[in-house]
Amino acid sequence: MTLDEIVRELSLSVKSCGADLSRDVLGAYASDLLSDVMAHAEKGFLWITLQIHQNIVAVAVLKELAGIVIVNNREPEAGTLSKAEQERVPIVVTELSTFEIAGRLYQLGLRGQVRC
Amino acid sequence: MEQSQGIGRVQELTYELKVEEVMTRNVVTVSPDNRVSDLRELFRVNRISGTPVVDAGRLVGIISIEDFIKCLANGEMDCRVRDRMTSKVEVLYAGEPVVHAINRFQVSGYGRFPVLDRESGRLIGILSKGDIIRALLKKLEIDYQEEEIHRYRASHIFEDTVADRTSLTLEYDIKGKDFDNAGKASSSLKRTLSRLGFHPQLVRRVAIASYEAEMNIVVFTDQGRISAIVQTDGIVLRAADRGPGIPDIELAMQPGYSTAPEWVRELGFGAGMGLCNIKKSADEMELRSEVGKGTDLRVTFHLKKGGP
Repeated sequence: MTLDEIVRELSLSVKSCGADLSRDVLGAYASDLLSDVMAHAEKGFLWITLQIHQNIVAVAVLKELAGIVIVNNREPEAGTLSKAEQERVPIVVTELSTFEIAGRLYQLGLRGQVRC
Repeated sequence: MEQSQGIGRVQELTYELKVEEVMTRNVVTVSPDNRVSDLRELFRVNRISGTPVVDAGRLVGIISIEDFIKCLANGEMDCRVRDRMTSKVEVLYAGEPVVHAINRFQVSGYGRFPVLDRESGRLIGILSKGDIIRALLKKLEIDYQEEEIHRYRASHIFEDTVADRTSLTLEYDIKGKDFDNAGKASSSLKRTLSRLGFHPQLVRRVAIASYEAEMNIVVFTDQGRISAIVQTDGIVLRAADRGPGIPDIELAMQPGYSTAPEWVRELGFGAGMGLCNIKKSADEMELRSEVGKGTDLRVTFHLKKGGP
């Protein structure tokens, strides 16, 4: 499933322009600890978090994540968005909580493990 | 995971490739006003067994060799195509992933699908199972060649260099407490190692270790340096700083143990997992630290022949 489709299905609001929404999302991981994401998220995963500072972009780039979903309608910091645009990392925001959005994504077929 | 990677790549490709990338673009079509008898030459010359029926650029039906044979048996060769074609045509759209097409072939049992452009609704191609197989084989061949090139690039720097020992050192200066730029060095290092042609899996491991080391320097010290020494048999990552040092390394290595201040934790750092992450991604790890003097981390990644 592409990020584009997920954005449409769950009416997420796209915050970073210029990002590639056509990329395939291979799974998802929810965590607010950056080291935890470094250890457990996989390439092509969507990352659900409430963190909004610009380091989330660095983590997404290093782990080659498909994008970041920020929960509870939190507004990403300005620096985060400009960095995301620079690195072409898609950032989307939902008004749902981590638990809720994770449930919806699971319903759409995303899993927390690598598809073999 | 490792074992099923062969199958995994083909499946992955069916998700990556779009119908428009694998379809045949030059479509032979007929008009609804053609006679069924015209199909004989058309099918024979083009070596096809079915063709879309198009009226003024719009797809109005499809007619196959089976329809032709029926007409032949019933002596209806003079009939118009419009009267013998299937007019409820199942189609695919250009942007759909190939995996959708494969499912449609399986469910319907059809031999071909006309491909339409979703916006204009115009016929832009046709897709058969053969098209899919050809495209997959071609793509796999390209992947294989790219991997070969990868291996070549990684090795050639060293192979073309005549010396008893060769190494390439990449150094990055890290500023402490500068959270805005934290992670930049590791991103740069990762990009460089990829360009040098190292295996993506190795590059990912080095990047994780480097990121965690970089974060430790940012969170706990005023400045430090990360260097990657690329050698013929592996990569040695070093992170050195003149920060406060680690009083109890054994304790610091325990998962979840952290001395990070509260405000840093709120940003999502200081989970007490950094050193564990480094250890997990490394082949060897050596951590030396003296309180009040600084910390020196040395992480080694072996370059195995024929793999990451």
